Amino acid sequence: MANTVFSHTLPNGLVLLAEPMDYVRSAAVHVLIPAGCAHEPAANAGLASALSEMINRGAGERDSEQLMLALDSLGVDHNVGPGLLNLFLSGSTIAKNLPAALELFADIILRPRMPADELDAVQAQMLQDLQGLEDSPQEQVMLELQSRYYPPPLNKDRYGTEASIAGLTIEKMRFYHRRHFRPNGTILSVAGRIDWPRLKTQVERLFGDWPRGEETPLAIDGSHVPRSGHIAKDKQQTQITFAFPSVAVTHPSYFAARGAVGVLSSGMSSRLFTEVREKRGLCYSVYASHEGMKDRGTIVGYSGTRPERAQETLDVMLAEFARLRDGVQQDEIDRTKAGLKTSLIMQQESTSSRAGAIARDWYYLNRVRSFDEIQSEIDGLTPKKVVDYVEEFPFRDPTIVTLGPNALTIPN
Amino acid sequence: MPFHTHSLPNGLEIVGETLPTSRSVGVGFYVRTGSRDETDAESGVSHFLEHMLFKGTPNRTALDVNLHFDRIGAKSNAYTEYESTVYYTAVLPEYLPDAVDILADILRPSLRQEDFETEKQVILEEIGMYADMPPFDASDKARRIYFGDHPLGNSILGSAESITALTRDQMQAYFDRRYAAGNILVATAGPIDWAAFVDLIGTKCGHWNAGHPGRTRLEAARPVIGSHAIHKDNVNQEHVMVMAPGPAVEDAERYAADVLATIVGDDTGSRFYWELTHTGTVETSGFGIDTNQANGTLGGYFSSDPEDAVENLRIVRRILGEVQAKGVTAEELAVAKSKIASRLVRRNERPMGRMGAVAAAWMNNREYDDIDTELGRYEAVTVRSIRQLLERFPIDRPTVVSYGPLASVE
Repeated sequence: MANTVFSHTLPNGLVLLAEPMDYVRSAAVHVLIPAGCAHEPAANAGLASALSEMINRGAGERDSEQLMLALDSLGVDHNVGPGLLNLFLSGSTIAKNLPAALELFADIILRPRMPADELDAVQAQMLQDLQGLEDSPQEQVMLELQSRYYPPPLNKDRYGTEASIAGLTIEKMRFYHRRHFRPNGTILSVAGRIDWPRLKTQVERLFGDWPRGEETPLAIDGSHVPRSGHIAKDKQQTQITFAFPSVAVTHPSYFAARGAVGVLSSGMSSRLFTEVREKRGLCYSVYASHEGMKDRGTIVGYSGTRPERAQETLDVMLAEFARLRDGVQQDEIDRTKAGLKTSLIMQQESTSSRAGAIARDWYYLNRVRSFDEIQSEIDGLTPKKVVDYVEEFPFRDPTIVTLGPNALTIPN
Repeated sequence: MPFHTHSLPNGLEIVGETLPTSRSVGVGFYVRTGSRDETDAESGVSHFLEHMLFKGTPNRTALDVNLHFDRIGAKSNAYTEYESTVYYTAVLPEYLPDAVDILADILRPSLRQEDFETEKQVILEEIGMYADMPPFDASDKARRIYFGDHPLGNSILGSAESITALTRDQMQAYFDRRYAAGNILVATAGPIDWAAFVDLIGTKCGHWNAGHPGRTRLEAARPVIGSHAIHKDNVNQEHVMVMAPGPAVEDAERYAADVLATIVGDDTGSRFYWELTHTGTVETSGFGIDTNQANGTLGGYFSSDPEDAVENLRIVRRILGEVQAKGVTAEELAVAKSKIASRLVRRNERPMGRMGAVAAAWMNNREYDDIDTELGRYEAVTVRSIRQLLERFPIDRPTVVSYGPLASVE
C-alpha cells in the first residue's frame, strides 16, 4: 500500500513533513523540539517540565485564558510534554481547523508569554505530580531503572526534586527557551486531510523568520556503571524491571532486535505471556520492550506480582530472556511479523499516530520510511536473523530494579 | 445505508456498518452481563469468566487460542464492565473469517478445573495490582458506598476473598445463565460483505442455546448521601470523589449531561481546570457522566496533596453550586460542543471506534446513528436544556467519598 510523505526543509533548518490522508476528516500535528529534559542543568531538574506547562499559559497576543479558549474552540486536543531528548507538542482536530491551530502552535513555540504571576501555580502543579508518583509504583520503578541504567544525562526524568522545583525561576525558563528552542533540529509533521501547497506556505510564513540556534550536544558520562537495586515499599505487589543493551533504531539489526522482543512479548502466545502468566499464573502484566535512541538501544523487561511469588517470576523471566540464544521457531517469527504488519496498517487509520510516526522517523533517520520499505523489513525477518542478533547482543548482566516489601535474590 | 441488522432464530443479534475504504475490520461479541448481574456469592465472576474464555474450548487449548489469534496478527482483547462483557478483535479484512471462527469458539468455553485454578492466581494478581493504584481502588470503594445495596455498586474485580472462594461450578452456572444467544450482540465495522458476514455468524453461532436472561433491579439507585472517608495510611495523595444522580443511558438528556460535564470538568478550559488544575492545587481533576441502564451518575474527582484537600473540596462545592444556581454560558456551550465534535470525528475514524459506537447505540437503545446524526444530537443542546437537566438532576448536593491519609475532608 503506497503512501506519500512530503518534506520541506526551511532555510533556517526546520523540517516540515506532511502525509495527506484523503479518507479522513481530521488532521494532526506533531512537533519535536531538541529541548528534552536531558538538556537541563543538573541543579535545575524539572525545568523542561516547567517550560512545557508555562508555554501554554499565554502566547503572542493571547493571555492564558484566551489561548486555551482559542485552542478549545477549534476542538484541538493538545499536549505539550518534555521527553528525554525532545520536547514535544501535539494536537489533533477536525481538518478544517488545522490552519488556525497552527497559528496558535507558532505562538506557543515562538512567543510564549511566561507570565511571572503564574510561576507559583506551575511549581505547585509540579510538586503535586511529584507526590502523585508515590501512588504509582509501576511508573516509579521504571524511573528508578532508567536512573540507574542509563549514563547521565540520559538517566534524567521529567519530575525534578522538591528542591530543584523550588529553585525554578522565569529567568531560567526564558534562558532555556532561548537556548534550546531552535528551528535547526525541530521537526513539524502533519497528517490527515491537508492541502500541501497551502500548508507549506503557511509554515514558511509562521516559522521562516525563526533564527537558527547553536547546537547543544549532550556530554554523556562514559564512566557510568549501571547498578541493580531494590526500593523498599509497603505494597500489595512487587514491581520487577530490568534492562540490558540492544541496538539503536539506525542499526542494521534493528528489526532483528524487534523480532527478538516480539518472540518474547508480541501477542498472547509470546514466550513471556505463555510461561509467566498462562502456564504459571504468576502475574497479570508481563512484557518486554525495545527503547530506541539515535546512538543506542535497550531492551527492558517488566512484571508486577505478589511478594511471595516475585522471586519465581524474576527467575522465570530471566530464564526466558536467556533461552533466546537456543533458537527461535519459524512460527514464532511468523506471528511476530503478522502482528507488526497489522500495527503498521492500523497506523494509517489514525492521523495522530501517523503524525507522530513520521516525525520520529525523521528524527532517527533523517528521512521517512515508506510503508513498502517497512513492510519489506518485516517480511525479511527470519529465525536466523534473530538468532544472529542475539549472539551479537546477548542477554547478560541485566540491571535489575525491584520495588516492594522484600528484596529479591539477584542471580550472578 | 451502510447500517445493517439481523437476528438469528436463537435470538443472537448482529449489527454492522460497512466502511468500504477502511484498511482493517473490527468485530466484537457483546454479552449483556457484568458485575451488576452478579450475586454477592459470585462477586467478580463476570470478569474472571472473561479471562477463562481465553483458556480454551473443546476445539482449542488455551495456547491454541492465543496462537490462532497471533497467527492472523489480530489485535484482540476483552473487557468487563458493570453491565457488559466484550470480546473483540481488529484484523486485516482477509482474516475476518478466521477471527470470527476463533471468537465464536471461545464464546463456548470448556472452563477446565486446572485452568480455573491457574487463572484464579492471575485474577488475584490483578486485584493486587489495582489495590496499589489508588485512583482505581478509590473509585471502586466509592461506588460501593454511593450505590448502597444497588448492584451497580458491585466491584467488577470482586475481592480477594470472593475470588478465592469462587468455584468452577458457580462460574459454569453463571455462564449457562448469562451467555444465552438472546443475551449476545455481534457487532462489526469495516469493509465487509454483510450477507457473507451474516452467513458466517449463522454457521458459527446458530446452534447456541436460546434464551433472554434479562436483568433484575432495573431501577435507578437511591444513592447513599453524606460525606464518607476511607482512611488509608500508605497512600500519599488524597483522592476525593463527588457523585450525584444523572440521566440513564436510555435518557435523551444524556447528551446535555455530556456537554455539561465537559463544561464543568474537562481536562482543559473547564471550570475545574481553571480553579483546580491551572492553579496547581490538585494533581488531577475531572467531571464526567457514567450512564447505565435505568441509572446515570454525574461524578467529579480530584487528587491532591492531603493538605490542600479540604480547601479543594470547598472549591468543588462552590463550582457545583454556581453552575446549579446560574447555569452555563453560551460561550462555554459553544466551546464544549466544538471539543465534543472534534473527539467524535476522530474516534470514529477507526473501524474499532465505529464498531463500539454502533454496538453501544444498538444495545442500549436499539438506535443507529451515523456520525452526523450523533453530532446533531450534541448540536441541539442549548443553555436552556442544560438548565432543565440541572433542575431534574441537581449537582450541588453530591455524595462525597474521600480516600487517603485524611480522617475527614470536611
